[in-house]
Amino acid sequence: MKLAVLSGKGGTGKTTVAVNLALSLAEKGEKVLFLDTDVEEPNAGLYMKPVLEESLPVTIAQPEIDQGNCDYCGECANFCQFNALAVAEGVVLTFPELCHGCGGCVLVCPKEAIQEGKREIGVIEKGWADSIKFWQGRLNIGEPFAVPVTRYLKNGLADVQEDIVIIDAPAGVSCPVIEAVRDSDFALLVTEPTPFGRHDLELALKMVDHLGIPSGVVINRAGKNNDLISELCQERNVPILLEIEFSKLLASLGSIGIPFSRVLPQWQERFWGIYQSIKEGCPCAS
Amino acid sequence: MRIGISAAGKDLDALLDPRFGRCPYFLIVDTETKEFEAVDNPGSTAGGGAGIKAAQAFLRLEAKELVTGQAGPNAFEVLVEGGVKIYQAPQLKISEVIELYKNGDLKETTPAGRGRGAR
Amino acid sequence: MRQLVVTSGKGGTGKTTVTASFVALAGGLVIADADVEAPNQHLLLHPRVIEKKDYKGAKVAVKDPDKCDQCGKCEEYCRFDAIQELEVDETRCEGCGVCAFVCPTGALRLEEVTIGVTMVSETEYGTFSHALLDIGAEGSGKLVTEVRKNAEKQVQGEPILLIDGSPGIGCPVIASLTGADLALIVTEPSVSGQHDLERIYDVTRHFGVKALVCINKWDLSQEMSEEIEKYCAQEGLCVVGKIPFDPEVVATIKKGLPVKNLLNTRAGTAIADMWQTVEVIFSKNNNWRR
Repeated sequence: MKLAVLSGKGGTGKTTVAVNLALSLAEKGEKVLFLDTDVEEPNAGLYMKPVLEESLPVTIAQPEIDQGNCDYCGECANFCQFNALAVAEGVVLTFPELCHGCGGCVLVCPKEAIQEGKREIGVIEKGWADSIKFWQGRLNIGEPFAVPVTRYLKNGLADVQEDIVIIDAPAGVSCPVIEAVRDSDFALLVTEPTPFGRHDLELALKMVDHLGIPSGVVINRAGKNNDLISELCQERNVPILLEIEFSKLLASLGSIGIPFSRVLPQWQERFWGIYQSIKEGCPCAS
Repeated sequence: MRIGISAAGKDLDALLDPRFGRCPYFLIVDTETKEFEAVDNPGSTAGGGAGIKAAQAFLRLEAKELVTGQAGPNAFEVLVEGGVKIYQAPQLKISEVIELYKNGDLKETTPAGRGRGAR
Repeated sequence: MRQLVVTSGKGGTGKTTVTASFVALAGGLVIADADVEAPNQHLLLHPRVIEKKDYKGAKVAVKDPDKCDQCGKCEEYCRFDAIQELEVDETRCEGCGVCAFVCPTGALRLEEVTIGVTMVSETEYGTFSHALLDIGAEGSGKLVTEVRKNAEKQVQGEPILLIDGSPGIGCPVIASLTGADLALIVTEPSVSGQHDLERIYDVTRHFGVKALVCINKWDLSQEMSEEIEKYCAQEGLCVVGKIPFDPEVVATIKKGLPVKNLLNTRAGTAIADMWQTVEVIFSKNNNWRR
């Protein structure tokens, strides 16, 4: 089962939930693969403290100009939708950070003066956090395109033996989130009981509906304003699977990098419970 | 001297637009005669790489000097390769900017750091 | 016109609440919400939308099925797996135009698509420019630029444009910062809060925008607050405010009360103190632009 943990809004505790869920399931003997797809800010590792054994570069194609063959006709710059090439007097400038690697400039060049080179935009790292298989993607600083790193990270999923894959998605509802969540069996939406949390949960619900993925909600920092979220969930017929009450203890454990289910075993049971209800309610579970 | 100015509007009363890449117009002005023409900046509607697109278009206008607020590093690179000198000016009326230019009150600018813009 | 951007490297630090409080304190502003992916400011300002427009900002491939002879070249050349079984998957298409170029029958072309809506609204405090990006759409930076353009059009006489910035460090953030006179970075006392503060400060420096810092919910970790203050002192960054954690803020917002009620909370008092400082720095910083 592929289980994506996401949130429309940043700072809701999505990584906290994903990590505690993974640890709790592993503690129960399940074989878990944890995938940190928040490639701009991969920080699940701060809590899981994996030993990384393997590092694979992620590359995209980029144009290399053979200035000798080039007659500066400007066709490449003209074609490029991303303005990753510019032709000035006697020189073609390339802007790798704008290049999507579509290969169009190579195709349109009448002089065959463009070759494709490779540019590393990030890495995939693989290892173990005790019994949990741990993979993460990391986008290089200054690189704008997260999607290829996420895609490369998820490509490896076809061959894994683990029964449960937990995907820690980036915040928001933009392309990298869609890429991370796509093809999941279930989406766990983490929110907080504020009007902002509610609003951004609505956006996240819209996104998972669009992708056709069944979902459930976790209310983090739960308290007397939970009705803000429960009303919406009732309206949308989405189950609330867990409420994590606001407490300074949980917050301070988090701030020093300790997943709370590790030291508070009752939470292991509660996260195990979420998994059970997802399994029962979800047609994907076999 | 034929200079280009990034402009928010189409005439000399318009304000200078501090953003080179996404300004709506380039005003090409003859600083002696005050004759001018307004040219649409294709960068203003570009998805990404607006500065590059704007700079590429600016090179075709054959003005060797540009007055703007801030040209991004990518635009800067293209402009410099194209032999354009870049001057920085405050967000004043174009007519006032021309006076500053003529009095030599504008300083030539240097790159603003590596480009990051994507989408 | 002077432009102040309230921004943060990380989501969930409270920049929207700080911005809304400034709105109530300053009066006579034009306000823009540059967080187009998950905008929240409208939840506080209760705007009456007076103008709403679809915004076209990205291109995707569109197929004319009548012209397609099913040769499959498009699928072969597309690097983004955006053509599957000869149909375009819009969520994967990056709008590069390669498929249209290789198509021998001209069945594919690039078309501009709507990526969101822009809105201009009235509020009790001034005109408000905002937008909402469609789910999964590309072009957020462009939409932010449009929001700012719409806001700038409204600035007549009002000297200040207050921008609720996008979180993060990517393109929309850059679009919300360029040309601003001053940026207030809202952070929170945690390791990730500090990390993201450093990244966004980098971006402001790149773009030559003067930055100030405020620590929200500072009392949740006094230790981390001190760390952040130490960092700021080293960098010569001015910490202009420390806002206490205050559940009353959420309660006030939840009740849907006007934003000036935020000022009656403990957090609001701290924000009001901070505003006095920001205003002074803002006007001193105004020796160059109009």
